Amino acid sequence: MNENNNLRMGLRDGLPIGIGYFAISLAFGLYAVSLGLTWGESLFISMFNLTSAGQIAAAPIIASGGSFLELALTQLVINARYALMSVSLSQRLGRSVRLRDRFLIAFANTDEIFAVACGKESLLGRRYLFSLALYPYLGWTLGTLSGALLGSILPEFMTTALSVALYAMFIAILMPAAKASRPTALCILSAIALSCAFRFIPFLSVVPSGMVIVIIAVLVSVVFALIAPVPDNDPWREEATE
Amino acid sequence: MTRPIYFIIALTVMALVTYLIRLIPLLFVRRRITNRFIRSFLFYVPYTVLSAIAFPAIFLSTGNLISGVVATLVCLLLAYRGRGLIPCMLASIITVLIIEGIILII
Repeated sequence: MNENNNLRMGLRDGLPIGIGYFAISLAFGLYAVSLGLTWGESLFISMFNLTSAGQIAAAPIIASGGSFLELALTQLVINARYALMSVSLSQRLGRSVRLRDRFLIAFANTDEIFAVACGKESLLGRRYLFSLALYPYLGWTLGTLSGALLGSILPEFMTTALSVALYAMFIAILMPAAKASRPTALCILSAIALSCAFRFIPFLSVVPSGMVIVIIAVLVSVVFALIAPVPDNDPWREEATE
Repeated sequence: MTRPIYFIIALTVMALVTYLIRLIPLLFVRRRITNRFIRSFLFYVPYTVLSAIAFPAIFLSTGNLISGVVATLVCLLLAYRGRGLIPCMLASIITVLIIEGIILII
């Protein structure tokens, strides 16, 4: 099997992802400073983590000084799916990828980069993978920086209106999945119902926000994995989300 | 614990967990995960996570239940009609601005 090690193709494939990341990450930056994180803290979070849902869950925990255990568990559950993507990706790496390259590639294995990389017919070379990840990484960090700085200078009514954007994005991601598959739709509705219960039922609302996500993600995903398992072919090629 | 120290530890914990999840399989796992339950579980996790983060937070995100709920409905409608991320985000922001403006005038 021949190997794709084309720098220019990597940059070209990465550009639309980078632009998309900039928009999402801008919303994250606004959200993070609205919780009381500084712009520097928001930027550092994006520089060392490439995980939108993970960061959005972590921001309120860090802003409120939550426990490290809650933080670690939240990231473990939210990001567990990346382990599966890394397994898939490791089988597509070409001979040019050295051991030390894997340390860098692992860091940048996000849903979108994974989806694009695994959509290629050929094996993946190191130069292709690094150039593919470049614009997404820049978009992600610069977006957060822009959002955080913007959030610090904009009037309050603007930041209030902008804070809805992050959740609107999640709805735009969830809706096509819900329309495409009935079990997924039921799974989403169950998680929403449980999440509302945790927020509004008095004795449940004492559970910290990160733990609520962990409990719901594990519980609902286990139930649906048992009653509606996915087909045996590789769902990660078509179904990479976010 | 001072705030900078807390933040550095929190950032390290978060980044390390996220990174190791991605790194360990890339270094050591050589064969595919075929267990159907594990695959199905990991398939559903992103949807349950996003749902749990977005709801009910979106209703409360604007600090005003009315604008939050109307923005959610507008976003749901657009997403249902197949609009992408950016249109949904922009429409929700504009909806909040309009509703908050109307509330101010009344």
